[in-house]
Amino acid sequence: MAVVWTLAAAATLVKLLFIPGYRSTDFEVHRNWLAITHSLPMRKWYTEDTSEWTLDYPPFFAAFEFLLSCVAQFFDAQMLIVNNLKYASERTILFQRLSVIFTDFVYFYAVNEFYKNRLLFAGKNLRRMDSQPAIIPALLIFNVGLFIVDHIHFQYNGILFGILLLSLVRITQNRVLEGAFWFAVLLNMKHIYMYVAPAYFVYLLRSYCFTGTGPVLWRKFSIGRFASLGAVVGAVFVMSFGPFIYFQQIGQVLSRLFPFKRGLLHAYWAPNFWALYAVCDKVLTVSAVRLGLVGADRVASAAMTGGMVQEYSFVVLPDVPPIVTMMVTVIAMMPSLYSLWVSKDKVSFVRSVVLCAYTSFLFGWHVHEKAVLLMIIPMTLLVIYDQHYAKMYLILCVTGFYSLFPLLFTPFENVLKVLMLLQSAIFAFLALNSVHSPTPAKFSRAALNRLFKPLSCLQLPFLNVPESLYVLGLVPLGVGNSAGLWLLGADRRLPFLPLLTTSVYCSLGVLYSWLLLYRAALADIRAVSVVSGQGEARGQRVKDGVQGKKQL
Amino acid sequence: MFEIMAASTSKRFGFSNEFFSQLFLIFLASLTIRVGVAMWGHSGEGKPPMFGDFEAQRHWMEITVNLPFKEWYVDTPNNDLQYWGLDYPPLTAYHMMLNGKIAQHVNSSIVALHESRGIETPQVKFFMRATVIVMDALLFLPSAAAFFMLEGSGKRDEASILKRIMVLVGYPGLVLVDSGHFQYNSISLGLVVLASSALTRGFDLVGAFLFCLSLNYKQMELYHALPFFAYLFGSCIRQTNPSKGLFKFTMLVLVVAITFIALWSPFLHSVDSALAVVHRLFPVKRGLYEDKVANFWCSVSILIKFKEMLSQAAMAFVCLATTAVFLLPSFFHLLMNPNMKNFHYASINSSLIFFLFSFHVHEKTILLATIPACLVVARDPFIVLWFLQISVFSMLPLLLKDGLLIPVIATTLLFWIILHYYLRPTEGIRRELKLIFQMSILGAVGVSLVFLLVKPPVRYPDLFTLLIAIYSCAHFMMFAVYFHARQFGSSLTKFIFAADAAKKRDDYEDDKISSPRSSVQNVEQRNFNLRSRKRK
Repeated sequence: MAVVWTLAAAATLVKLLFIPGYRSTDFEVHRNWLAITHSLPMRKWYTEDTSEWTLDYPPFFAAFEFLLSCVAQFFDAQMLIVNNLKYASERTILFQRLSVIFTDFVYFYAVNEFYKNRLLFAGKNLRRMDSQPAIIPALLIFNVGLFIVDHIHFQYNGILFGILLLSLVRITQNRVLEGAFWFAVLLNMKHIYMYVAPAYFVYLLRSYCFTGTGPVLWRKFSIGRFASLGAVVGAVFVMSFGPFIYFQQIGQVLSRLFPFKRGLLHAYWAPNFWALYAVCDKVLTVSAVRLGLVGADRVASAAMTGGMVQEYSFVVLPDVPPIVTMMVTVIAMMPSLYSLWVSKDKVSFVRSVVLCAYTSFLFGWHVHEKAVLLMIIPMTLLVIYDQHYAKMYLILCVTGFYSLFPLLFTPFENVLKVLMLLQSAIFAFLALNSVHSPTPAKFSRAALNRLFKPLSCLQLPFLNVPESLYVLGLVPLGVGNSAGLWLLGADRRLPFLPLLTTSVYCSLGVLYSWLLLYRAALADIRAVSVVSGQGEARGQRVKDGVQGKKQL
Repeated sequence: MFEIMAASTSKRFGFSNEFFSQLFLIFLASLTIRVGVAMWGHSGEGKPPMFGDFEAQRHWMEITVNLPFKEWYVDTPNNDLQYWGLDYPPLTAYHMMLNGKIAQHVNSSIVALHESRGIETPQVKFFMRATVIVMDALLFLPSAAAFFMLEGSGKRDEASILKRIMVLVGYPGLVLVDSGHFQYNSISLGLVVLASSALTRGFDLVGAFLFCLSLNYKQMELYHALPFFAYLFGSCIRQTNPSKGLFKFTMLVLVVAITFIALWSPFLHSVDSALAVVHRLFPVKRGLYEDKVANFWCSVSILIKFKEMLSQAAMAFVCLATTAVFLLPSFFHLLMNPNMKNFHYASINSSLIFFLFSFHVHEKTILLATIPACLVVARDPFIVLWFLQISVFSMLPLLLKDGLLIPVIATTLLFWIILHYYLRPTEGIRRELKLIFQMSILGAVGVSLVFLLVKPPVRYPDLFTLLIAIYSCAHFMMFAVYFHARQFGSSLTKFIFAADAAKKRDDYEDDKISSPRSSVQNVEQRNFNLRSRKRK
């Protein structure tokens, strides 16, 4: 326990140092919300539009801002005036920064709950966890993404992920109603967590509402459990949206929460499938123009000006409407949910949460690059469980953190992000290496091994040679994107190029680690169907699953 | 770096690959802290017309890059010595010239003659900060690692070497003064640490050379000159063969002379120009102490007003005499017993005595005592860490002026947490002493809180600053006594440790730490080898 709080204290002190750092417009967004919630009655919260940064988070987050504003007035009451746009006095900055730092204690509490209960571990895994107790807390607490997004860029993800972790911990503790309550609260604070809601739904339905072991039968369905679960979740939603239904503003609120007027891609492309799609379009366009198939005027009107345009239309490939992204996401999610339905143990649940986040991230509409944390943080819980998860985590966290780099572009912060990523990557590799001590990864085909032999000096633990080259390739990519373009004088002409190369390069890593994780989940289905009928312990089955995957 | 971790068990320089990975992590972490502190304010930010040390260093870049050598240290129409005239030795000037040349490539307005005075843009700030942090990465951090890696021999305990390195590179005092307030102390101090590592391994000539560089970077390094001299000269006269001793001495003189002549060559064309530099380096006209310093004279000033009783010159003489008298014991002891343990303690003692008793002392000067103290952290973890914490406390008023309150809190607590987690300095300490230690730290925290929160009475605006000075001074005197006792051979274990821990400690003291290959032994061993070979 002391471990977690020591790490938390150290992290908090480092965060204090970042107070004078760069702040994005999100700082002004949250200041504006403080002002709105503090100085206007509730019925005006979702109609107020003096600032362009209107309130577009669900009601509980607005309530959270209202609570903060009660403290804020003692720092500087000026920041709570709605018309005081872009107000950033020293005390305002101090207050807002400190509010993020302090609310992170929810996150620390959740990490400590996870650490104390050691829920996902048993037998060999538990021994592994106890031999290196600080690893998972350290990876969670010193998560570079949270440092970049919350403490420099400025957002409140710490408390939100704290609630997510807490709900995961409670559910794995079999305190299911509490877990469901926290997740419902979380959904009402930031609706992006809907990404992982399907996993919650399936897991709670299968392992809570259907009681007993063995095959699923209707007579095993507990209506009492289902009703209590529904009551808890329903009550939270009523608490949150009730007032706005009463004000007859529910349509207005929902239109704020789901602005489908935004484009397929966010300003900085998140490293997902659509980034690859967009690049394919770009490549095809250029070649089509060269071949004279498409007129240059059409290209100009759809120009890709730095990826900064909110509305983006493709030239060669068909445009993608929101409904298509939604369908692709649902279809891609289905097998993983089926796997959860079949395996229905706690590890599969956490893995399924990660997979849902992955799938929504890869195929969703207008995904923010920051959403990559939604995979990285729950995934961290699995790194000790199995060395294949450790491997996927390493690929994901390095590429995911790297994909956040475009968020920071001022000199000091540029240095900081590089230092922090290097530290976190080296620490993760060292720590997980000491836990699992994996043998150097090899291909099953001897020819491939021979092919990559000369490069084996670059091989990283857990990864085979091409994977290692991909991860190490981030170094030349980073150098090229900053120093290289500057030296070539291309940084002015092609301002979008670093963003484009970053998101394309990272999307490959994210997609690849998603496939690896998906394969593990599907292998689990097979393993379960093989051993079903035998009353074996779940842990054993999962291990078999991993073995089954190895043979794939 | 990564290939190292790929499970190969080979060792480099006698250290495992994991050691290097962890060392690299420590470097990255300490650089992160430095960059974090660097985002905060610096001395004289937004305070025209004189600004502060930040502007001084930038101004020196402007001067050295735009004017010929002969104008650097003299008052000319282009070089107004009243505005931050260059008063550091030539090596600093060359370094500033190098920085200035780089600045011209980045943006020539940073060092434009006359026009750039008081320039404060984000770009200038980043550039200046970068010059400090890059030199930390290139010089100070590697020197710190080198010292602890070279110290001792035989079976090494990698984990504790890493912990010692962590103390030296994480010491908040240096980080806050260099990356916060703005100075380049880590260069001169890094050179001293490197010189010490050379001495540890018996490379005395290299050590002398490195120390000359350090002295020519910052004249304040004279505080360390006596120990270096005593150690090197002592090792000459203690040589079993007098002619060997004489030879070594001649070589040392040559190294020192050549280094100095090379560095001073642009100013040696006439006696006047050399004297001009000397006068800039040692201005006797300044006061007894600047601001409120935690030294002896400032502390007794509440009782006796020396400043009013004695003239400037008389006071300077009194200071000189007291300092000299107190310096002698440690000096002669080292001269007679030149080994590394004595050398380290003598370095601390010499700089502490200078700090406490000499003329015109600056509060930052305590760094000259704390950095050598970090080098003996393995021998005296408890007292050294106590000393380090109090030293940061003594600089609080200075750091606060630069708006560094939050960095001070953050770095000190971070250092504290890391040390207590890894080093456990209070383990096995006698109960009474632990209690005194706790009271002392609580007292420091209390005084800091009063200093921060309570408005001083109108009649005594400096009351709390003076309180901090006196509180720290009392501690420094106590530490000076302790470190002298340590130098003179008392292990003081009974005084420090509880009975059961004392026994264990004594073994630790003699076997593991005292470097078995002090240079004298080294040379004697070599001589013996030669002799025996001849006999064959």
